[in-house]
Amino acid sequence: MRGLRAVLLGLAVMLGAAAAPNTVAPVYPVVKAGPTLSFPRDHGAHPDYRTEWWYVTGWLKTADGQDLGFQVTFFRTRPAVDQANPSAFAPKQILFAHAALSDPKLGRLSHDQRVARQGFGLAEASTTDTNIVLDDWSLIRGKDGRYATHVAGQDFVLDLTLAPSQAPLLQGQGGYSRKGPKPEQASYYYTVPHLKVAGTAVRGGKPMKVTGEAWLDREWSSTLLDPAAVGWDWTGLNLDDGSAVTAFQVRDAGGKALWAGGSFRTPDGTLTHLGPGEVAFATDRRWKSPRTGADYPVARTLSLKLGGAVQAFKLTPLFDDQELDSRRGGGPVYWEGAVRTGGGRGYLELTGYLTPLKM
Amino acid sequence: MAADARISGQALRWMMLGEWRARPGRVVLAALAIAVGVALGFAVHLVNLSALDEFGRAIRAVNGEADLQVHATGPAGFDEGLYPKLARAPGVAAASPAVELTARIEGDGPGVLTLLGLDILRAAQATPSLLPGDLGGGVVEGQGPFDPEALRLSPAALKASGRKVGDTVTLLAGGRSARFKVVGGLPGVGDSQRVGVIDIAAAQERFGQLGRLQRIDLRLAQGASHDQVAAEVGRLIPVDAEIVTARSEARRSDSLSRAYRVNLEMLAMVALLTGGFLVYSAQSLSVTRRRSQFALARVLGLTRRALLAQLFVEGGLVGLIGAGGGILLGLGLADVALRLLGGDLGGGFFSSASRPPLAFAPGAAAVFMGLGLIVALAGSLLPAIEAGRAQPAVALKTAGDATDPRHRPSPWWGAGLLIAGALAALAPPVFDLPLFGYAAIALMLAGGVAAMPWLARAMLAPLRRIKNPPPAAALAINRLWGAPGQAAIALCGIVASTSLMVAMAVMVSSFRGSVEDWLVQVLPSDVYIRIQNAETGGLDREVQQALAATPGVARIGFRKTTVLRLSPDKPAVTLSATPVDPAHPGLSLPLLGASRSVPAGMTPVWLSEPMARIYDLHPGRTMSLPLNGGARTVFIAGVWRDYARQFGAIAIPEADYTRLTGDTRRTDAAIDLIPGASPQKVIAALRAKLPPAEAAQVEFAQPREIRAVALRIFDRSFAVTYALEAIAIIVGLTGVAATFSAQTLARTKEFGMLRHVGVLRGQVMAMLAIEGALLGLVGVAAGLSLGVAMSQVLIHVVNPQSFHWTMETKAPLGLFVGLAAALIAASAGTAVLAGRSALSSGAVRAVREDW
Repeated sequence: MRGLRAVLLGLAVMLGAAAAPNTVAPVYPVVKAGPTLSFPRDHGAHPDYRTEWWYVTGWLKTADGQDLGFQVTFFRTRPAVDQANPSAFAPKQILFAHAALSDPKLGRLSHDQRVARQGFGLAEASTTDTNIVLDDWSLIRGKDGRYATHVAGQDFVLDLTLAPSQAPLLQGQGGYSRKGPKPEQASYYYTVPHLKVAGTAVRGGKPMKVTGEAWLDREWSSTLLDPAAVGWDWTGLNLDDGSAVTAFQVRDAGGKALWAGGSFRTPDGTLTHLGPGEVAFATDRRWKSPRTGADYPVARTLSLKLGGAVQAFKLTPLFDDQELDSRRGGGPVYWEGAVRTGGGRGYLELTGYLTPLKM
Repeated sequence: MAADARISGQALRWMMLGEWRARPGRVVLAALAIAVGVALGFAVHLVNLSALDEFGRAIRAVNGEADLQVHATGPAGFDEGLYPKLARAPGVAAASPAVELTARIEGDGPGVLTLLGLDILRAAQATPSLLPGDLGGGVVEGQGPFDPEALRLSPAALKASGRKVGDTVTLLAGGRSARFKVVGGLPGVGDSQRVGVIDIAAAQERFGQLGRLQRIDLRLAQGASHDQVAAEVGRLIPVDAEIVTARSEARRSDSLSRAYRVNLEMLAMVALLTGGFLVYSAQSLSVTRRRSQFALARVLGLTRRALLAQLFVEGGLVGLIGAGGGILLGLGLADVALRLLGGDLGGGFFSSASRPPLAFAPGAAAVFMGLGLIVALAGSLLPAIEAGRAQPAVALKTAGDATDPRHRPSPWWGAGLLIAGALAALAPPVFDLPLFGYAAIALMLAGGVAAMPWLARAMLAPLRRIKNPPPAAALAINRLWGAPGQAAIALCGIVASTSLMVAMAVMVSSFRGSVEDWLVQVLPSDVYIRIQNAETGGLDREVQQALAATPGVARIGFRKTTVLRLSPDKPAVTLSATPVDPAHPGLSLPLLGASRSVPAGMTPVWLSEPMARIYDLHPGRTMSLPLNGGARTVFIAGVWRDYARQFGAIAIPEADYTRLTGDTRRTDAAIDLIPGASPQKVIAALRAKLPPAEAAQVEFAQPREIRAVALRIFDRSFAVTYALEAIAIIVGLTGVAATFSAQTLARTKEFGMLRHVGVLRGQVMAMLAIEGALLGLVGVAAGLSLGVAMSQVLIHVVNPQSFHWTMETKAPLGLFVGLAAALIAASAGTAVLAGRSALSSGAVRAVREDW
């Protein structure tokens, strides 16, 4: 469920439909079970669908042994605008990117963003393979399958190579992943866990070699959330033994799970899919943001029903204040942070804790 | 020594205060004259400063304070392919493309707004002030930033249109119309600018701008060198785009009104100068009257230096009071002028919609205050020197004119100054301003005044040869001839004000007459059609054919009027595609001089006179025009007279324009009617054939109406000139009257003497009337000739150098006659009035005082 990326939702809300005469409204394909994903085609963009993302999160270790969390995310959205406008500026596709660095020494996120309408070679997303350019930011999958990304923010620059060490993990039924009670409330969803990271992080003008491990979520859809949903919790964990844990829940206004799901893949490739009733998030500790007043359950215990037994993962944040306020760029306020767990590390995402998210 | 100083200090105070108490009117008048001059100069300066501030704000508001801007040279814009190139240029952090159009809200009258089509995502990085604020806050579902019907209006545009958020409006731009919904405001745009923002894709599609941009706003990367990036961008842009910076925009807006402004300030300086003459005459008279006082003080031990200082301090105090009052008066005047006339003082350079707030300028206040003081000090310099030179022994005994009648006044000073003035008139402009032209006028004025004693004597000499004149006339002639210094004091006021008035009157009447002639020449047809704000659009071929086929139309000629920016720091010039025949261009253009024959294969253009002068272009040469993305070389075939477009206009044959640009739309048409056809009926028939979207923007006019409107605009823009001129003349005439009455009053003893030797009271009065009339006559004659000479400097030097156009001299003879009669009558009348009061106070007693 990586994908209900808050930032994107914020934008999607703003993209109102224009019901003027002589205009052509976009037709969004419905996500259906059945067709399996094919690569490298599905590494590329799917511009017909309403929303799509390439979501990289991970842990870095600097040359001097310091732990950092990072996220590099690219979104694509198809606003409900007139498809018949011949202008090259017609906002038929919007690309959006967000990058953040979690540095415990700083105690809060450094983050930056880019956004543009697709076109003119300045903002493009290839439909044949992962190749996204958004001004000076990029995420490109090479012929050898390795990803290269460059993001340059106000306070930091990341230049990373992400090498897959495992095959892509298809979530749900061969990549069809349900997000709500109705079958069309779903997305195409695959994950590449245990990406080996090497590269450079520049902070305060000083470049430093970094290595680490990351997680890529790929997801595209036209309808995601049930109208009763206000937000969701998501986590993706790279376990030290090579296992990968994915878990998410969609919450209603009362905090109850409207839908939940996930998966567990062992190093030998054995994949267990999890549905509602097999994933539970318990809250161990909350943190209230002094800036926005949002109250986040930042320490969690994740319980998964695996083969009849319940396996618990205690999630402890790298530090509490990993809140991201993207309202200036049209996005919402959410918490996106590096977390530790016994025998592994990952990322936790908490959305809809300040105001309900709509989609 | 200390005691001496104290005594002299006390004596000085006593003398000064005594004099002021005795003649408060004269001091007040002199101070007032200075005040008026300072006030006018300061007010003109303030109004212009406020207007320029406002203009700068307008530019910044519409430009959204980008670091660097690339702007199209014409309304057709440039190819949008430039946008990615600039976005990738080194040193550019963000590039925001924009469609910029002049638009009107349907049903809202003639007021226009700047309509910007923006990519809100890019504008957020380069020009955030053009956005509604936070994207997340205040965004209502269904009214997203990409909604093609969403229109955001600046506070002024919202107010002017009388609409509110939620209303639907129809915008007219580029000859097309489209409906929009007002979804919000633009708080980042200042309060006085009318700006509307829509989505860039909607702007391109709905107003026929597909593939075109008018503007790209750039934000530079941190630490990037502005000049280096500008140089890099300069290499990338095509000929129909140019780099615009805050500096070049400021120069452009400054040059819009600069000449007009400087002219007004010079007129204000004339008023100040007249004030200086008044101080001079007041001080001269006061010195003359206090000769014996000063002599007594000198005899009692006052040094010459102290006496000089005394007179200087007197003048300085008058100047200080006048200048201080003038600054306050100027503030008030500027405020009133801004409210009544707007920032351009009626000149028509800035949008009449804006009433800029008053901007106070302490530096300028100090300068104008200083000028007032200097003029007052200069005015009291000559009388002070003269007083210091007087021999105390002689002065103690005789009051009045100490000049020996046998002393011959020298013509050389005056002649020298006049020659210097004539030479200055030949000099070229400085910083595009006719500074030497103004200097020439000042020198001629000074020369004329300096030559007055000699001239008065030369003009009166023939009268002395008249045999057996009536006693009163003989007395008057001899008195004037014998005391030319005193006559000159009175005359310099008359000469100064008359000559300035005549110069201005001749210039304005020549200008107005030339404009009238020109209007007849350029409007030969019966009906004219014009589409407002349609630089990017106009009537298409189909509509043109339909109009041509209207019954009653004998001939119809279509024109396209658009603008071109040829230089980043100069205002745009007008490009007019008109049906001109290269073989006979004189039939459709008011040519100045002959038109050259066009070399084979060349496209001819004819430049307006200001265009040729501003860009220093001459017939027979070629020039390059940025048209349709390419630089087109054209042949300059001739120059034509144009008073409508001060910043230049280019006429190009219609067919050549279409060939070079592919643009077949037309914005204007001139229609000749079939003899006997009713213009009203034809206009109604033509109007019915217009497409509804354009009909609202189309204006029909007949030459008579256009001429009337043009002359009304002319008179409005000269209203301030007339007002300043009138004030200068009133100051001058008041001075003349004051001088006359003072001189007459000072001659009480002389009148007593005349009465003692048997001259009748009536004869004394007649003598005074003749004296006054003669002085007036001499003054008017000198003033008229000097004024006509100065008007030639205005017409042939100042106007061509500031406004880049020429005109034919047309003298307002009726005004001359009226002026002469009024001045002569006024001088004679004042002299008689003053004489009556002088004679009433016991002439016998007055004589006794002396003995």
